[in-house]
Amino acid sequence: MRIIEVFIVIVVIATFLIPFLNVKRKAIVAFAAILLCALLSSYFAINTLLGKTYEFFLPGSLITGLIPVRIDSLSGWFMLIINFVYITGSFYGIFYMNAYNEQKNNLSLHAVALIFLHSALISLCVIQNSMVFLIVWEMMALSSFILIIFEHEKTATIKAGINFLIQSHICIIFLMLGFIWVAIKQNSFDFNAITAYASGNHGVAIILFLCFFIGLSIKAGFVPFHTWLPYAHPVAPAHISGIMSGVIIKIGIFGILRMLLLIKPDYTIVGYIILTISIISGLYGVMLAIIQHNLKKLLAYHSIENIGIIGIGIGIGCIGMGSNNQVLASLGFAAALLHTLNHGLFKSLLFYAAGNVYQATHILNIESLGGLVKKMPQTAFLFLIAAIAISGIPPFNGFVSEFLIYNGLFSWLHDATLAALITIVFSILGLVLIGGLALLCFTKAFGIVFLGNPRHEFQHEIKEVSLFQLMPLYLIAFFIVFIGLFPILFLNLLYHPIALFAGTLINHESALSFNTVGVIQPINWAMWMLVLLVILVFSIRKIVTRKQKVVIEPTWGCAYVGFAPKTQYTANSFIRPYRKLFKPFLLIFKHKKDIEGIFPIKSHYESHSYDKVEKWMIDSPIRSLKSFMGRFTFLQNGRLQFYILYGIVFIVSVICIPVIYKTIIEFIEFIKQL
Amino acid sequence: MLIFILILIAAIFFSGIIIRTKSIFSGRKGPGILQPIKDVIRLFRKGSVYSQTTSFVFQIAPTVYFASVIMAMLVVPFGQYKGFISFNGDFIFFAYVLALGKFFSIISAMDTGSSFEGMGASREALYSMLAEPAFFILMGSLALLTGHLSFQEIFAALHIGSYITYALAILATFVILMIAMIENSRMPIDDPKTHLELTMIHEVMILDNSGFDLGLILTTGYLKFAIYGALIVNLFVGVIPYGYTIPMFFIIQFLVAIAIGTIESFMARFRMGHNAQFIFALTSVSLLIFFGALLILGKFI
Repeated sequence: MRIIEVFIVIVVIATFLIPFLNVKRKAIVAFAAILLCALLSSYFAINTLLGKTYEFFLPGSLITGLIPVRIDSLSGWFMLIINFVYITGSFYGIFYMNAYNEQKNNLSLHAVALIFLHSALISLCVIQNSMVFLIVWEMMALSSFILIIFEHEKTATIKAGINFLIQSHICIIFLMLGFIWVAIKQNSFDFNAITAYASGNHGVAIILFLCFFIGLSIKAGFVPFHTWLPYAHPVAPAHISGIMSGVIIKIGIFGILRMLLLIKPDYTIVGYIILTISIISGLYGVMLAIIQHNLKKLLAYHSIENIGIIGIGIGIGCIGMGSNNQVLASLGFAAALLHTLNHGLFKSLLFYAAGNVYQATHILNIESLGGLVKKMPQTAFLFLIAAIAISGIPPFNGFVSEFLIYNGLFSWLHDATLAALITIVFSILGLVLIGGLALLCFTKAFGIVFLGNPRHEFQHEIKEVSLFQLMPLYLIAFFIVFIGLFPILFLNLLYHPIALFAGTLINHESALSFNTVGVIQPINWAMWMLVLLVILVFSIRKIVTRKQKVVIEPTWGCAYVGFAPKTQYTANSFIRPYRKLFKPFLLIFKHKKDIEGIFPIKSHYESHSYDKVEKWMIDSPIRSLKSFMGRFTFLQNGRLQFYILYGIVFIVSVICIPVIYKTIIEFIEFIKQL
Repeated sequence: MLIFILILIAAIFFSGIIIRTKSIFSGRKGPGILQPIKDVIRLFRKGSVYSQTTSFVFQIAPTVYFASVIMAMLVVPFGQYKGFISFNGDFIFFAYVLALGKFFSIISAMDTGSSFEGMGASREALYSMLAEPAFFILMGSLALLTGHLSFQEIFAALHIGSYITYALAILATFVILMIAMIENSRMPIDDPKTHLELTMIHEVMILDNSGFDLGLILTTGYLKFAIYGALIVNLFVGVIPYGYTIPMFFIIQFLVAIAIGTIESFMARFRMGHNAQFIFALTSVSLLIFFGALLILGKFI
């Protein structure tokens, strides 16, 4: 109880202090406040993962009533993820924002919003009063909006920010709808009322869940609600993109899991719905990611893909719950929760590395980059680790969670019905394709950005960022490797969160940890062997080639000697075979002028990609809405007299309707009698 | 451990047999069966030339590629006998560890900054991505059929009894053989002996590798062939005891090598643009296997 007050006091003090400090101290105070809050909340979080649960009641106000704060292991797990990504992100941010030191006021706003966002995210995990939850949710939306539009003098930034703001509020509308519905029926804002209302009525439970699910999947970025993501990520500063992709969209996942626990809908139906949407999200996200040429936009689409993978885990977990299959349920939820952490790690690392690249070159278009591995070897190395991890390749952490999902799917084969079997086949097909496409995408991203020769001549010298700035990146990379090599440690931590879901299916306790740990144990050995094998082969190579002659020559151009950076393979040409194959799903505009005549003067080729779902879901409805609304423009004719008339008509009708209300009713009755 | 040694032995002869088959069909005498291995040994002793564009990626990539294939080899069982390691879902690990090697060979090709190697890398990334679903669905249907989840248990429980299982075994052989061809960039997909870099996939990716690294890459190719050959062997040996299986292993590997040589002698390479459709068609073949498995289990009403 006391600790919560301390938490609030820290936030308030930091908020009031920051505007009055100089730039350097602002950053330090903001970081210190976040660190303190993170440590405080992590204390609870770790305790919950060890099996405790907490329940406090804050007094609240007349409107909200008592505010229950309940911390269970699910909140604990997400709080730890948030804290870790946040600490590394804000530490990285201290150095990243150095370039903007002149914009003092803007930086204060940024720092305050950063602290607010952190406390909002932590509170969302624990507060169980729907009214306060919505207020905090709004606080999160607004503070992340402020963080995104840091460079608000750019049109693209402000556009993306407003796009984000609108979509966040559509999300809030759906949440509000659900909460109001429950509050009317149960007359209580406590989350327990949701359980009370939904239990015993299957139809209501599913509709209520879907209402929350739509709202939350806008935040999480499931297709087709993902369209804000690819705009908001590229324009935000790198540490904000990392935090946004690492934790803000995960709050959507947290909400979905929380609602599953609270509403307890028919798990089978819900599971199939989530599974279908997730597979589509995963595939669509990575398919679009490949054709992106903006490095951060590419990573943003990859977030959609990874949300899809997490969703597949939740989906099969739910189906496991529905069919009383405890192995499937525990594997599914373990995979989803672990992948949430994994994605938070490698995606934030990728965004920070992209931030380093941007800081050094001021370019995000990968077609203009190249050869950075020589200038920024450490960033390149860190990006490589994250790229391998995100492609789900052993021996890093991405493989562990994907392996859990595969194992769940394959073990489900044995007691599946025909419909389930077909679902399994398509899930496997989807997951394999996602993995393969991610490999294509990240070989492209890493290969074009860091390898080869530079494709652009820079006026300034390109150099590696400072070691301090690289520190959080190394910390994240360490955890990526650590989870890959010691997954059991983390699966043991996940025991209680999984037990929240699958615990009801199991009679004796040891079975639960056996399901997940038993599956991963052998993989653990195999990963170690792989690492040792690589080291062994490499040392043999080292010893054998020690005395051999090494010559450094230009790249073999197949007897062509006029080698220039322009002759290198570009990102666009790298994905050309893919692009042609997946044409029906993509939307690419090309502008080109071919070489003509004997003495050609100039030719060019340009391609832009667009999102097909965005075209159908967002653009065309808005266009038809606009053309419909356009018919009423005559009302807004700019003449004051008319506006006064509208006002009078409004007031008169407001007064008159209650007066003639009875007459209307009688009239309707009369018509009915006819 | 036995299978490990067997695969190594098979790998020594495999490529030589393919080359000999091809030379016989084209009316030449051809080099000795051990020639590929002699080439590799010579390469191991040679010095290297590195491109000035390359970085550390280029240095470690062949090592990782080789190590990943060795790792995959350790998972392969021998009928009822386990491989070096065996666990539930080891075939997932098998496919993903091979992907690690692919990842590194692709980025090492891009490290040279050569347009040819970028071209090869692009094709390799796409084709290997398309070939993977076929493998997973094949293993999924075998897992469904036998009720087990590891290579060794699946192959030990795989009984060839009815007509449908014969059909399934033949289809499975076809799928694995084709995946082997794709993974090794052989004939219907890629022509290793073509003289034009524009039409290569794998060969063009390793243009800049030399010396020890090239030796490692070539060895990896031979090992990959033998590994897929061993998987095909596994489809047939089942629970037969050692005495019979070891000769069977070599006979089947020999037949697979001859089959590959024959395919390469009488087929032309597909047009690059058609490769993708062909590879994805493999997935539908493995879906056929899946439906066959459903038929056997009576899941269709």
